Amino acid sequence: MKWRSIVPGASLVLIVVSAALLSYLWTPFDVATLDIRHRFTAPGAEHWLGTDHLGRDILSMLMVGARTSIAVALVAVGIGMGIGVPLGLLAAARGQSWVDELIMRGNDLVFAFPSLLIAIMITAVFGPGAVNAIIAIGIFNIPVFARLTRGAALSLWTREFVLAARVAGKGALRISAEHLLPNITNLLIVQGTIQFSLGILAEAGLSYVGLGAQPPVPSWGRMLAESQTLISLAPQLALFPGLAIVMTVLGLNLLGDGLRDWLDPRMRRER
Amino acid sequence: MNYRYCNPTLLLLMCVAGSALAARTDITVGMVLEPPNLDPTGGAAAAIDEVVYANIFEGLTRFGPDGSVRPALADGWEIEDEGVRYVFSLHPDVTFHDGSDFTADDVKFSIDRAMAEGSTNAQKGLFANIDNVEIINPEKVAINLKQADGNLLFNLAWGDAVMLDEASAGDAATNPIGTGPFRFDKWVQGDRIEMVRYDDYWGKPVKLDKAVFKFISEPTAAYSAILAGDVDAFPNYPAPENLAQLDADPRFSVVLGSTEGETILAMNNAVPPLDDIRVRQAVAHAINRDEIIDGAMYGYGTPIGTHFAPHNPAYLDLTSKNAHDPDAARALLKEAGHETGLSLSLKLPPPAYARRGGEIIAAQLRDVGIATEIENLEWAQWLEQVFKAKDFNLTIVSHTEPMDIGIYANPDYYFQYDNPELQALMTDFGSETDPEKRTGMLQQAQQMIADDHVNGFLFQLAKTGVAASKLKGLWENSPTQANDLTAVYWDE
Repeated sequence: MKWRSIVPGASLVLIVVSAALLSYLWTPFDVATLDIRHRFTAPGAEHWLGTDHLGRDILSMLMVGARTSIAVALVAVGIGMGIGVPLGLLAAARGQSWVDELIMRGNDLVFAFPSLLIAIMITAVFGPGAVNAIIAIGIFNIPVFARLTRGAALSLWTREFVLAARVAGKGALRISAEHLLPNITNLLIVQGTIQFSLGILAEAGLSYVGLGAQPPVPSWGRMLAESQTLISLAPQLALFPGLAIVMTVLGLNLLGDGLRDWLDPRMRRER
Repeated sequence: MNYRYCNPTLLLLMCVAGSALAARTDITVGMVLEPPNLDPTGGAAAAIDEVVYANIFEGLTRFGPDGSVRPALADGWEIEDEGVRYVFSLHPDVTFHDGSDFTADDVKFSIDRAMAEGSTNAQKGLFANIDNVEIINPEKVAINLKQADGNLLFNLAWGDAVMLDEASAGDAATNPIGTGPFRFDKWVQGDRIEMVRYDDYWGKPVKLDKAVFKFISEPTAAYSAILAGDVDAFPNYPAPENLAQLDADPRFSVVLGSTEGETILAMNNAVPPLDDIRVRQAVAHAINRDEIIDGAMYGYGTPIGTHFAPHNPAYLDLTSKNAHDPDAARALLKEAGHETGLSLSLKLPPPAYARRGGEIIAAQLRDVGIATEIENLEWAQWLEQVFKAKDFNLTIVSHTEPMDIGIYANPDYYFQYDNPELQALMTDFGSETDPEKRTGMLQQAQQMIADDHVNGFLFQLAKTGVAASKLKGLWENSPTQANDLTAVYWDE
């Protein structure tokens, strides 16, 4: 029954994603327009979540900020999967050889660094901005997917259907693509969801220290950073971006948990 | 039984009464930036003077809280030979913190050291007109000038002209030994500097016996430190948004004063498209100062129309020359051939006036068709990229040195304004002694830089000081970079 967490998880994620998509067509207010006379408006009928220290509508900022968060996390996970999965398959196919060693020790090397610190270093060296944040977060997704793929693929290599494929004369490349990959897709989807939520957090963290998307592009992390000295004056400035991050990360984690249980064949039998 | 019970209670009561009567004699002062070293004669950082000026080091003259020049280590002086020779009588019985006597030798040493070829003094210009220092006797010293100069007493009051002892001057960066009322005690790098009262001080004894300067760069941390009582005063409080709240709190007093900080939107005059005066003028007209002062500084600041402090008698109000006029800005951009819009980099250092002001200016520029690419920089990066490498279009910064209009006569300065006419004017200004003519020249210079729209002139930074309400005697204004604690006491 645990897989039922898919429903609340997916709903939360759906809300955030649709708010982000909607912001391309419509936001309650323009996020680029400042209205300093109406700063710190409390949440109400006109500004549902109030206005910030420069008079911008917080709801509109959150909607546009969701775009940045989702885009950064999504592309970063894409980089991780796009590079990590082929590396993992290759390592499994050449199991116990120097290729395997090289790939896996390289992954250990990246894995050994605290990811957020290195992300900060990368953006500090190459300059702050959304693109560098994507690259920085993406690099640290590579070993996660490479390890996962290698482990799962390695156990599949000893199975009869793989043996049959080999007898039929298929090469390692075709076996990996046609037989192994479809069998580990479930795992990758689950891990991808979890990495996606970590990516959202990492983006918020980088923006918080000023290394993510640069102003005036709204970003959840920077909204939090800017609200620090204003928290006793206008708590909504910190509350709503914080809630947005919590909601998204919670939704993705619930979704990931639910998907894992749902896609797991052992759990399926119990149903 | 009764007696035994009573005795400790009485003792306790006496203790409580005793401690309530004695006022506190220590202070912790909050500062945003930590000084890189403690030798005011060997570094440009304002934070050095903000710790040591008047507290540890003193000069022949000094600035008072109102900016006036007052006698310090020199009791008095006589001006001879039509203004080219100043004879100073030194205060007797002055000692350095290591016990050695302060005499005419130290004056000659300090000024010769500042003037020397390899000197690292950040304000060598202050001494440029000095020909030599002549020791008459241990308590009398003469300074001979190259030409008459009405500025000598003002120049000698700067932190860059304080008196050091030959024996200890070499270590002043880490172990400053001066003649002031406080003696350097210890420096915990990254956290605080402590000083204690110097009991053999020659002047009026100070009421505090210990002073700590604590460095807190985060506005949020500054706010909590003030609220928690971890610091007793924050003379330049970094988060103007909290001032109204702190002012309403009876535990604190907020004191607003003036500073020498002209806050400008600096433009790179040597690089297209800002080498075109029409584009610079368009930027100037796009700026709405009131919105910036309100939005970034919560109303604390005075609009300026040129690079000059409004509280200076020579100030001209030129804000109408570059008033907010978006239509004029658009017309100028069209005339300059930028109808389709243009994009400029805007590099912002950490202070709130720059970060928040930058977002507001970006919105105002967008309104007239100028896109900006904002980049938030740390101070070290800003100094490297903007100040040294001049790799920027626009930046926002506050120039806090007093009377610094002379930077416009330096074509190598980071905004790269090269106007021979102004350069000649400032050279003449240096040798002019007639006060009225000097005022006229300063006003002419203000006009020139406003007419050329060298930079976007935003506002004069306000000094927003926060202190415990029982703390008295801190400076209200900032006529120079200093946190003079000599008159500070707790009123309890």
